[in-house]
Amino acid sequence: MQELDIAGMGSVRVTRKGNNVVILEKDLQTEQMVLAMGPQHPSTHGVLKLECLTDGEVVTHAEPYLGYLHRCFEKCCENVDYPAIVPYTDRLDYLAGMNSEFAYAITVEKLLDVEIPRRVEFIRVIVAELNRIASHLVAIGTYGIDLGAFTPFLFCFRDREIILSLLEWASGARMLYNYIWVGGLAYDVPADFSKRVMEFVTYFRPKTVELYKLLTENEIFVKRTRGIGIMPADVAINYGWSGPMLRGSGVKWDLRRNDPYSVYPELDFEVPVPDGKVSDIGDCLSRHLVRALEMDESLKIIEQCIDKMPSAEGFNARSAVPKRVRPKAGEVYGRAENPRGELGFYIQSDGKSTKPLRCKARSSCFVNLSAMKDLSKGQLIPDLVAIIGSIDIVLGEVDR
Amino acid sequence: MGLLDAGITKHNVLVTSVDNVLNWARLSSLWPMGFGLACCAIEMMATNASNYDLERFGIFPRSSPRQSDLMIVAGTVTMKMAERVIRLYEQMPEPRYVLSMGSCSNCGGPYWEHGYHVLKGVDRIIPVDVYVPGCPPRPESLIGGLMKVQELIRMEQIGISRADALKKLAEKSVDPQSVIETERKVAHA
Amino acid sequence: MEEGHVLSHSVQQSAAAYAIIHDKFGDAVTAFDANETMPFFEVLDTAVWPEIALFMRDNPKLKFNYMACLSGVDYQSEDKVGIVCNLESLGQLNHKIAVKVKCARTGGSIPSVAGVWHTANWHEREAYDLFGMLFSSHPDMRRILCPDDWEGHPLLKDYKVQESYHGIKVPY
Repeated sequence: MQELDIAGMGSVRVTRKGNNVVILEKDLQTEQMVLAMGPQHPSTHGVLKLECLTDGEVVTHAEPYLGYLHRCFEKCCENVDYPAIVPYTDRLDYLAGMNSEFAYAITVEKLLDVEIPRRVEFIRVIVAELNRIASHLVAIGTYGIDLGAFTPFLFCFRDREIILSLLEWASGARMLYNYIWVGGLAYDVPADFSKRVMEFVTYFRPKTVELYKLLTENEIFVKRTRGIGIMPADVAINYGWSGPMLRGSGVKWDLRRNDPYSVYPELDFEVPVPDGKVSDIGDCLSRHLVRALEMDESLKIIEQCIDKMPSAEGFNARSAVPKRVRPKAGEVYGRAENPRGELGFYIQSDGKSTKPLRCKARSSCFVNLSAMKDLSKGQLIPDLVAIIGSIDIVLGEVDR
Repeated sequence: MGLLDAGITKHNVLVTSVDNVLNWARLSSLWPMGFGLACCAIEMMATNASNYDLERFGIFPRSSPRQSDLMIVAGTVTMKMAERVIRLYEQMPEPRYVLSMGSCSNCGGPYWEHGYHVLKGVDRIIPVDVYVPGCPPRPESLIGGLMKVQELIRMEQIGISRADALKKLAEKSVDPQSVIETERKVAHA
Repeated sequence: MEEGHVLSHSVQQSAAAYAIIHDKFGDAVTAFDANETMPFFEVLDTAVWPEIALFMRDNPKLKFNYMACLSGVDYQSEDKVGIVCNLESLGQLNHKIAVKVKCARTGGSIPSVAGVWHTANWHEREAYDLFGMLFSSHPDMRRILCPDDWEGHPLLKDYKVQESYHGIKVPY
């Protein structure tokens, strides 16, 4: 927001939307008002509270207040055994349980000397990528609702249910799975799983195009998101952004590529980064675009994994699962690419106990949200909703 | 009772009690507050969305507590949130109902022992009518819980208290074990 | 490290980065712990920690532009609390290193690096909230997760949960 003196117009308050200067008020006396948004608010995606200082329609300052869903993850971890932490990691990022479990499992395995069977690795990648699609579908659907489009939400949830039923078939639960264990899996996938997953891939491919036409190319949606909440790449890195947020700012950084784990080096997929043609790099639309394009890449990964997956003959999903998980003494920081960015675990083990001394979850949403103050400065109140939606926070992960 | 079941045809006179009409109207447009706390909120959203479509029961989430009849406490209530939950409950107009969804709001769930910041059961701060178990409950069980709220409304009468209505509901309820056993016998036969 | 053990490529990179820091700051930092899972060094003189941080971010041979994680840790046996920072050069030199800083368990303070990496801002508030160490010259030193009037710092090993909060019973 700027105050300008334009000849003949008196004092004018303007804001910038992309390259355009929008005149907001002319010669108007405005009063500063504190607007509390949340913790119960339909567009804060949970129990986030924002305290906004507003000057007319312009937000001059927005301060996020967290902790309304602080569920003491780290305290629970220090009091339970390593395998028993897995269900708690599900409840961190409850939209992408498989990915959280995956990140935790590979972190603990770094401290253990176990060799993971190849089939386990492929199944892990398949379920994680399926969950990534499900998570992005919720992100895109609710982002539509935030900006006033209800139909994409229904379309997204229709397709998400198919993924949930596939994962339920494999693990027995719809949302919080406890499927990826330290050293292996809870069970092998059912006999026809690959076939059904391939059916889903063929079904879902046209749906991504449909969703793209319905929402991403929608004139109103583009007007609401393009040029809003621009974050330059260097500031984004300094803020510690990761995942689709960082890629939206034009940095080609994906842990599956840049710090590869599991079988990702063998797989062929693109890391989508906005090129600045349909969106301004670093704005809300770019971040949405990255999520929309990532779903296609996940489909590619799933297809390749099903091709390369070793057969189930003589396979035991728990063959490498230790009877008692007691890692060697030391510290480890392990991480994986979650749908929201880098989910890391810092684990400290004393080598004697079956419980970690310290287990910290580095949450991607927590870090991404910390830039809210900068992003919201000088934006209009309705744009604030667009910005929160584009960060795609899950409060379970923010507050832990 | 079911006014619709009575088969209203053209030019007909229907005699019923005021209680029945009022209760029928209330239970067929039960508006919950769109109030998500944690993981269960996602299942609540899924219940509202395409596949489970709560709107066929007249249940449609409202964004303001002042327009809603029912509060679905969907997820973990923390100490920091507890006072906000009380305030939201107090903002709702009477008669109001509370459905506690999921283990966390029933009793603290997985956080009951080490969760220093978690409220161990939302019934410590507000009265709860229906508990739905699960972590998180499936959409089907949420719908089951909502239908229980509807049954409770059906039991209410002008001049009798909520406690009496709950008692009447309890009298009407069937022990699930006997139903399970009869079903088993049928299946085995 | 045992004799004759070959370090992996990433640990060698970290060791090279450490050598540059050690040349500049000498005795303010400890020797390099070249373990495979998380190579680290410790800052002994906490007062120079922001200076080291700035050097690590801006030196053209280091360029640690990305703070992945900052975790508070309770070292009860040493009667200290501390932080562990996982730093990385994202997209530039692609090396990683972890830094430890410790301070006294009661009334200790560590200089803030929120001005060097924005990530540190909220993470330091979180470490203060859960462990109780102060971060001097932090722009906004408040609790972040627990309510402002919460008693004690929950992740300390000897933490006892309070009986009631605003009239609501806390334990099960």
